[in-house]
Amino acid sequence: MTAANVRQIVLDIISDIAPDEDVTSLDDSKSLREQLDLDSMDFLDIVMELRKRHKVEVPQEDYPKLATLDSCVAYLSPKFA
Amino acid sequence: MSQYDAIVIGAGMSGLAAGIRLAMFDKKVVILEKHSIPGGLNSYYQRRNFDKGGIRQFDVGLHALTNFIKKGEKGKPFSKLLKQLRLSYDDFKLCPQTHSKISFPGVELKFSNDFELLQNEVHEKFSSQVDAFNELVEKVRSFNELDLSIGYQSSRDVLKTLIADELLVEMLLCPLLIYGSAWEDDMDFAQFVIMFKSLYFEGFSRPEGGVRTIISLLMKKLDEVGAEVRFKAAVTEIITKDGKAIGVNVNGEELYAPVVLSSIGYPETVRLTKEINIDPQVGKMTFLESIFIFDKKIPLQSQDSTIVFYNNAPEYAYRPATNYFDSTSAVVCFPDNYEPQNREGEGTVRITFMANYHQWRELDRAAYDAKKDEVGDCALKLVKSMMPGFDGNLLFKDIFSPMTIERYTWHLNGTVYGSTDKTRDGRTPVPGLFIIGTDQGFLGIVGSILSGISMANLHGLMREGDS
Repeated sequence: MTAANVRQIVLDIISDIAPDEDVTSLDDSKSLREQLDLDSMDFLDIVMELRKRHKVEVPQEDYPKLATLDSCVAYLSPKFA
Repeated sequence: MSQYDAIVIGAGMSGLAAGIRLAMFDKKVVILEKHSIPGGLNSYYQRRNFDKGGIRQFDVGLHALTNFIKKGEKGKPFSKLLKQLRLSYDDFKLCPQTHSKISFPGVELKFSNDFELLQNEVHEKFSSQVDAFNELVEKVRSFNELDLSIGYQSSRDVLKTLIADELLVEMLLCPLLIYGSAWEDDMDFAQFVIMFKSLYFEGFSRPEGGVRTIISLLMKKLDEVGAEVRFKAAVTEIITKDGKAIGVNVNGEELYAPVVLSSIGYPETVRLTKEINIDPQVGKMTFLESIFIFDKKIPLQSQDSTIVFYNNAPEYAYRPATNYFDSTSAVVCFPDNYEPQNREGEGTVRITFMANYHQWRELDRAAYDAKKDEVGDCALKLVKSMMPGFDGNLLFKDIFSPMTIERYTWHLNGTVYGSTDKTRDGRTPVPGLFIIGTDQGFLGIVGSILSGISMANLHGLMREGDS
């Protein structure tokens, strides 16, 4: 799976759990929390959706690795390989 | 024998919300409710109306839904609830209040869903206390009430160090105490902050259709995500093995799960659990509610507030009544004064007095009925004094007592705000058994729903991530 695919998977999940957020103009290197109204409950939902939809597990100690879109892609790509 | 991922005891607001969260992520979950309908302390009931031969339905708890937000507002408790349960703002059909007021001898403070009104009122009526009030507001704003590790701190102590005028302290505390304190005359400062934000910063609304609108939204979502709900399902025992909760006994059947979330109250949960060596206190605060239906709506010139927090005593006494019920203070709700304020049809008023469970329990049937009539007369007199010039006729009245609350919710002693021993992270001494709802410490309908969500997240969903 390409980096662009992984990026899109994360964006699709965010759009579903926070339907009011605009995800089209995100800066991939900046914190998602700073750009969107996401709290720790929403990050839990991102993790839960990754497991439910793609059988990808993210242990709790790795939650910080989902901070930006860039770090999401870097961290998740090997799991989708 | 049936095996689940999680068992939820109680189909009140917290239990329904917890069930939704767990089933949403493919947990096999069952909600067990002793009553024949959902809602718990925020449920509904019906009475035949002999005059008109019809049936009337009444909400039990709901005067107001706190934590009002406008559509699109972010980062607030209500917006978190919508996102976590994937519900839409429009489905709640929220009708905002006009304004409410705190009415003490000689002085009134109005507040609305715009915090500026309360600020202006304090400015006008307690001009010497404006700086102190602003300091309190800043303290509330910056306080992290979601930190589950904070211990008990008396709100009165905190307020008195900031605000010199005791009347202002009493008036600010009054709505917050009676809308959610399990403690007499005081409340935990973390609870005070939650309530201050919920009532004064955010405000009140009511879903069109009342509490049933919320319950049916939650039931529909539960169905969509595939959770099982059983009614008339009385849990008689929480089964433990080697000191851990492993399931429940319900109507003689054993169900097993590694996680049991109980919304029935901390003392009530402990009573069902063997091998548990604690004794959480049963709270003392319980209430009487009178509902009056008139043959026409109360005109706004007679009463334009949505809720009146009334006190006619020199000091506001938030404690069990000494003589069955206390009519020196009350919460009076005029549900017709929510938007859009349709003036057609019947008018409704609801009024709550503090009560004394132990005295009500001693009454025999005849004395109980007579005492209820006395409450009704007293309540009607007070209601009429609040709507001068209103000439409508009383069509119907209904009164429910601490005994009614105990009978239909199984909360010991008819408590409404639960035990004074809260478990803020939901944990009990028994691994696998967790408390959700009022005794976890979040209050009101929005609070209970958030309690169910956050405890399901913490103890039901995140535990696998731990391993």
